Amino acid sequence: MNMHDTTGMARLRADFPILTQRVHGRDLIYLDSAASAQKPRAVIEAMRVTMETQYANVHRGLHWMSERATDAYEATRDDVARLLNAPDRAEIVFTRNSTEAINLVAHSYGRGVLRPGQAVLISEMEHHSNIVPWQMLRDAHGVGLRVAPVTDAGELDLAAFEALLADGTVGLVAITHMSNVLGTVTPADRLVRIAHAHGAKILLDGSQAIVHRRVDVQALDADFYVFTGHKLYGPSGIGALWGRRALLEAMPPFLGGGDMISSVTFERSSWAQVPHKFEAGTPAIIEAAGLSAAIRYVEAVGYDAIGAHEARLTDHALARLAAVEGVDILGRAQDRGGVVSFTLANAHAHDVATLLDRQGIAVRAGHHCAEPLMRRFGLDSTARASFGVYTTEAEIEALAAGLERVREFFA
Amino acid sequence: MSESFDALRDLYQDVILDHGRHPRHAGRLAAFDATAKGDNPMCGDRVQLWLKYAPDGRIEKTGFEARGCAISVASADLMAEIVAGTPVEDVRALFSAFREMAKHGDGPDAAVAPGGKLAEKLERLRPLAGVHEFPSRVKCATLPWHALIAAIEGTQETSSE
Ligand SMILES: Cc1ncc(COP(=O)(O)O)c(C=O)c1O
Repeated sequence: MNMHDTTGMARLRADFPILTQRVHGRDLIYLDSAASAQKPRAVIEAMRVTMETQYANVHRGLHWMSERATDAYEATRDDVARLLNAPDRAEIVFTRNSTEAINLVAHSYGRGVLRPGQAVLISEMEHHSNIVPWQMLRDAHGVGLRVAPVTDAGELDLAAFEALLADGTVGLVAITHMSNVLGTVTPADRLVRIAHAHGAKILLDGSQAIVHRRVDVQALDADFYVFTGHKLYGPSGIGALWGRRALLEAMPPFLGGGDMISSVTFERSSWAQVPHKFEAGTPAIIEAAGLSAAIRYVEAVGYDAIGAHEARLTDHALARLAAVEGVDILGRAQDRGGVVSFTLANAHAHDVATLLDRQGIAVRAGHHCAEPLMRRFGLDSTARASFGVYTTEAEIEALAAGLERVREFFA
Repeated sequence: MSESFDALRDLYQDVILDHGRHPRHAGRLAAFDATAKGDNPMCGDRVQLWLKYAPDGRIEKTGFEARGCAISVASADLMAEIVAGTPVEDVRALFSAFREMAKHGDGPDAAVAPGGKLAEKLERLRPLAGVHEFPSRVKCATLPWHALIAAIEGTQETSSE
């Protein structure tokens, strides 16, 4: 898809109905896609059509409608497998979001496979969802928790990362593939190699990365990969875990209930095969239809075009924001995606966000669910602009101009 | 552009910008009788305050350290200014009236009816009433008050959630 001229972008933006909304009397400038992305009409339609024409519970009915609904739901599993280049569709487990996927691994792999005395290694730039489940595991199960530092530039300190693995007690590395605060893309393939060289498995949190980059779990040679649908232009309420089949098979279930069993008596139950073992209860049927449409949408736009577009926007944003007096950009990683965090002298991030909002510009302000990272940089909050396929250079210009006004307001 | 910033002038009145930038009561008290922390986990705003009572039980002095937006710092500072010399029951009444004002933009309510003894103090908080138009910011204004009440009650930690 053509994303480098205004006609192409106008056509793409027309796919997103919400972009015609006005906020405080101004055109919406949505720069908060890293928190959640807007939805193309294809996603909205897919969900509507599901409810209007082929809705029933899945894996349960013998009737026609349930079979259609099951086929559609299972077809989304194929879409996710293709998106991640997973070797086996049975390795895709649907979850509510990334948070649930990480909790699933922390629970089932953490308690079922890791032994007390082993450790999990995370990094300083993790989202709370990739910190708290491991703390819970540590407290309940005696698995240690180690934290790899980030450099002042906002990159993972690779030497320290490797040193933390050196004693061989780390059983699992759980690390972001792209920081939601710094925009840093971590060198996932190297991390995988280092982890494996020290006998550890590795989970990559792809919540942000998959929005910006083509992900190939086989090329990465990872062990687990998680992402969340709503950041990938899909609906909220659905995400996925990919895990190597042998690992998933060795793990006990996460939640118990319907759909995840092969047989139940009051004495004992036996589990269904993967992935169903991990999908207890009625899943997000309608959302699965939306996720399928979202994946197809991203594939149609194409990761090459997305990557080029976002690299252009990010370079532009870094240059324009740096030119605003008093703006300090957090994170100077070489390899980065379309997320830019910054502070403005004499103005707290929340005040910046409120003043930008009044100009129709939506940015996020706060700790971005990464308090330890904020603390690492001696901050308690930043403002963050993040970009999606629909973001334009004109919107970046509006952000820079808006920030100039905020600066004058607080000068 | 100025028209959209006019609404913001209601939120960021000069008094607020001034107290936000140059708080008069910032800093820990060397000698204090009570202290408490307030925390807004949603946005990360934090305030700690220290208070000292006069021999007659009135609040003599309040000092605070805040990490937060202009609204929360200004609110803490105005609060410290206003509660100096105020009996504790009046502080509670002021808080509930102020909370009404922050949420709804009007007030004072019956507790501090116009002409009542607290009306003048409440009037000095009026510049913060603009937050009612910004629901996500109401807690910024009320956080220091939650901390003050927690200090008075000896709770020590509070959250504005
Ligand atoms: C890097 C990262 N990990 C995990 C998450 C959690 O995603 P969710 O809230 O959809 O589970 C997010 C987004 O909030 C994120 O940016």
